[in-house]
Amino acid sequence: MEKLEQILPEAQRDFAACDTINDLEQAKARYLGKSGLLTEQLKGLGKLSAEERPAAGAAINVVKQGVEEALKVRREAILQAEQAQQLAAESLDVTLPARSNGKGGLHPVTLTLNRIEQLFHSIGFEVAEGPEIETDFYNFTALNIPDDHPARAMHDTFYVDDQHVLRTHTSPVQVHYMQDKEPPLKIIAPGRVYRVDSDATHSPMFHQVEGLWVDENISFANLKGVVQDFLQRFFERDDLQVRFRPSFFPFTEPSAEMDMSWNGGWLEIGGCGMVHPEVFRHVGIDSEKYRGFAFGLGVERLTMLRYGVNDLRLFFDNDMRFLKQFN
Amino acid sequence: MQFSEQWLRSYVNPALDSEALSHTLTMAGLEVEALEPVAAMFTKVVVAQIISAEKHPDADRLQICKVDIGSGEPLQIVCGAANARAGLKAPCALVGAQLPSENAPGFNIKQAKVRGVESFGMMCSAKELGLADESSGLLELPEDIAVGQSIRDYLQLDDKLFTLKLTPNRSDCLSIVGIARDVAALTGAALKLSEISLAAAASGAKKGVEIQAVEACPRYAGRMVTGVNANAKTPDWMVRRLERSGLRSISAIVDITNYVLLELGQPLHAFDADKLQGNIQVRMAKPAEKIELLNQQIVVLDADMLVIADDSGAVALAGIMGGVSTAVSDSTRDIFLESAFFAPSAIVGKARRLNFSTDSSYRFERGVDFSNTRQALEHATTLIQQICGGIAGPVTEVVGKLPERQPVRLRMGRLLAVLGIELDAATVSKLFDQLGFAYKNVAGVFEVTPPSYRFDIEIEEDLIEEIARLHGYDNIPATAPHADMRMLPATETLISRTVLRDALAASGYQEIVSYSFVDESWERDLLGNANPIPLKNPIASNMSVMRSGLWGGLLDTLVYNLNRKQERVRLFEIGAIYTVSNGGYNETTRISALAYGDAMPEQWAASAREVDFYDLKADVDLLTHGFAKYEPATHPALHPGQSARVMIDNQAIGWIGKLHPKWQQHYQLPRGAVLFELDVAPLLKRGLMRYAEVGKFPPVRRDLAVIVDEKLPVQELLHTMRALRIPLVIGIALFDVYRGKSIADGKKSLAFLVLMQDTQKTLTDAEADEVMAKLLDSIVCQHHAELRK
Repeated sequence: MEKLEQILPEAQRDFAACDTINDLEQAKARYLGKSGLLTEQLKGLGKLSAEERPAAGAAINVVKQGVEEALKVRREAILQAEQAQQLAAESLDVTLPARSNGKGGLHPVTLTLNRIEQLFHSIGFEVAEGPEIETDFYNFTALNIPDDHPARAMHDTFYVDDQHVLRTHTSPVQVHYMQDKEPPLKIIAPGRVYRVDSDATHSPMFHQVEGLWVDENISFANLKGVVQDFLQRFFERDDLQVRFRPSFFPFTEPSAEMDMSWNGGWLEIGGCGMVHPEVFRHVGIDSEKYRGFAFGLGVERLTMLRYGVNDLRLFFDNDMRFLKQFN
Repeated sequence: MQFSEQWLRSYVNPALDSEALSHTLTMAGLEVEALEPVAAMFTKVVVAQIISAEKHPDADRLQICKVDIGSGEPLQIVCGAANARAGLKAPCALVGAQLPSENAPGFNIKQAKVRGVESFGMMCSAKELGLADESSGLLELPEDIAVGQSIRDYLQLDDKLFTLKLTPNRSDCLSIVGIARDVAALTGAALKLSEISLAAAASGAKKGVEIQAVEACPRYAGRMVTGVNANAKTPDWMVRRLERSGLRSISAIVDITNYVLLELGQPLHAFDADKLQGNIQVRMAKPAEKIELLNQQIVVLDADMLVIADDSGAVALAGIMGGVSTAVSDSTRDIFLESAFFAPSAIVGKARRLNFSTDSSYRFERGVDFSNTRQALEHATTLIQQICGGIAGPVTEVVGKLPERQPVRLRMGRLLAVLGIELDAATVSKLFDQLGFAYKNVAGVFEVTPPSYRFDIEIEEDLIEEIARLHGYDNIPATAPHADMRMLPATETLISRTVLRDALAASGYQEIVSYSFVDESWERDLLGNANPIPLKNPIASNMSVMRSGLWGGLLDTLVYNLNRKQERVRLFEIGAIYTVSNGGYNETTRISALAYGDAMPEQWAASAREVDFYDLKADVDLLTHGFAKYEPATHPALHPGQSARVMIDNQAIGWIGKLHPKWQQHYQLPRGAVLFELDVAPLLKRGLMRYAEVGKFPPVRRDLAVIVDEKLPVQELLHTMRALRIPLVIGIALFDVYRGKSIADGKKSLAFLVLMQDTQKTLTDAEADEVMAKLLDSIVCQHHAELRK
């Protein structure tokens, strides 16, 4: 039998030589196992006298505690080393690109429409819609553009049949809405419109947003206020200048073209005016009691200015290399 | 309307430079579209005369000219122009002159040696002075002009061209005098109208005029001018003013009528009197009456067309265009000159019906000053006599019922309320004075009688606009409206299209906007629509019918992008489709998507796999909140074995499938494409969320593997099991499909997981067993499923 005092240093050496938990467990068995050295020591107590036994037992226990402590320390160390090794083995190149499902996005015209709707919604405008195949009545007559009126020549109209056209503007939506609802009314009507025109600056299909506010005390000054507010918010520029100049639309009077300052000049961005009494008459609204303003904005034009797009045709080519720039 | 600034300033000359004048016009509703100099800038170019021209000793094509520039010794100038000859007057750029050049700033004329001969200047062509795009030889000037004067002065080149974009209501500004009148009103500058002298009737030659269409022609004036020289030369000043208004000189008589039209806004017509048979009639066209117009068009007239006729029939389309049979020519001696007022309603639309427009019809349609008819006739007569000679006969004038000018009321209160400004009555009076409108002010109500040259003042708003225009739109404040604050409704059970768009964008789709009108073959062949809605006047043959589905546009865009080296394309569009039903047109908003190429972008972290039906089905499930059912069905665009009708609540709302291989071949696509298209409206509805108790007891999972016929759709099994509505079952899902070893041909093995839970207690094995037995039993009975051992 080994001498008791040699067991602890021996165990410490053995444990230190172990690099894995497995080795350590085997080493542990040599000291604390069924036939381990300390177990043998304890078994040897039985041969001692009753007087000798307590002191010898206590001495063995001291050693046993020492061995257990050494074992614990070594176990911790091995676990830590193993974990460090595992972590090292599992480390990634975090700069590798992410796993990707691919990115999509919205058409720039949609981005502009969303923005327009959001801004007008913030002062209580609702969105209204109307048909794109429109009757001659709603597209022209109800807007005070009778047959043969020279203003019809300003609209290069697509005809579907003798009674139907592809709407040339979003203004007919006003008429539908005013027929259906009682004032006060506050709407914008975004959508596709069509003109027989196709070149570098004209597309046979494009988008407009019509705006309408009818109430008892609406004035031309309010029209200027709302449009200016919108443009300054849309372009996020408080210093944006907006200019109104006299124009002519059969369905508004007074009528105006809206220009905004841009790169030292003026750019036309739409038409507007006070709703013409004749239009109110068509929809049964008392023009002595109510007044209203209406405006129409070119969505592509706003989009081009907002994002610096220089060619209208890009919007309808749908080239992914163009569209992805807005994602 | 294009005109020379100098011409306008001869009538009204406000203390504004060209730019400021342009701004004033634009801000008054007479939009200046273009303002450009008549000629490019150049200096020190004078009228010169070649005294002698001798051949250069050392160059075949050059001549050595002696040139008189009006002062000092004649200059020696070497010149290469073929038309340089002794006696010719032409522009000469002196040493130190700056000429326009395509590359600014112009080039300088220096004393130079040309093939050994000194040259002290340069003789110029029209092109070298920037007066023409092309020219051959020197610009030949008239023989009778003084040498030495500046060519800019002689040709009046220090002038600018104004181009106005006039709105249809402002017919009063379709003349120089009309614009001058508005400028005077806007600026307060004096209007200088030249006195128009009556041309004395020196002969008795006259024609009778009979007006049958009295409504259409309220005033007609005409007179004979006999013995004119039709070959007389139009004076340079008139040619220049005409040219600067975009009209070419044709012949003196035609030029004079055009000149008066531009100057006074009154269209005139000169007939060759020798070709007129009998008296003049103004009447509506007779049935099937024909006329050959000056533009060589032979027109069969409609009954609502107004004509000028003689005994032989129609000789002019009144107010629109003259006829060939009575046209003036070089041999014309006597003319009958017409100045009339035709009612706008009688002229409007007629020229357009014949597919043209003339300066005359353009003005009559919009309204011509009916008090000016006689003046214009007198003015034109005077000019004809000055330029072409001839003797004027007496004027025959027939006046019927001229347009009435009813007073229009303007209430001060209304004016201020509509515009949202403060303005006193005195200011309004002053503005009406400036406009030259006659008015009375009775207790805050103006009664305004519109002048004969305005056809756009009929209601109170017309006057409000006129006051606003003169007051200045810029002087109207921009103010926020005052309104009652009320919240807008926000319907939680109706989601917005934005949500659908965002969902597809998040799934990697790129939104496109494609045309609503498409190639007819897309409709007929790709979508199987034999009767698409055609446009009567399509802009191109491949944009001739309205689309009844969005796939054509998506495929077209796919091809466009594949041609630009894109390899993985995912697109979607939201837009209307157009169909006919019950005799009316229907528009339905659809959402449609296409995926082509790999399921995921090429990357290191995932292996490549082609996108397939089930990838897009996931997107449809996303858009339909998982409520969609799929019924196998065939569609002309889709692979018959990989296509389904998409159903919600037993209503068909769209399609999903793989592009038919024949279309893949047609579009020359290297790989397959998968598509879907859904009605948008059903996707926007959503039930209001309701809380249901969350079970406290753990759910139990059991699996069920069965073997069924290969052809049996999984959806039917799920439907059968779910239809049992076993309260303990909280979910059934398919998690595996297996074919192959140990499964007979024509069969497949399906593995379902079943989740069960009792909200009140922990489920026992026996209870779970019982549920599983019921589920199995149902599909064994209905679908001949067989439990897989």
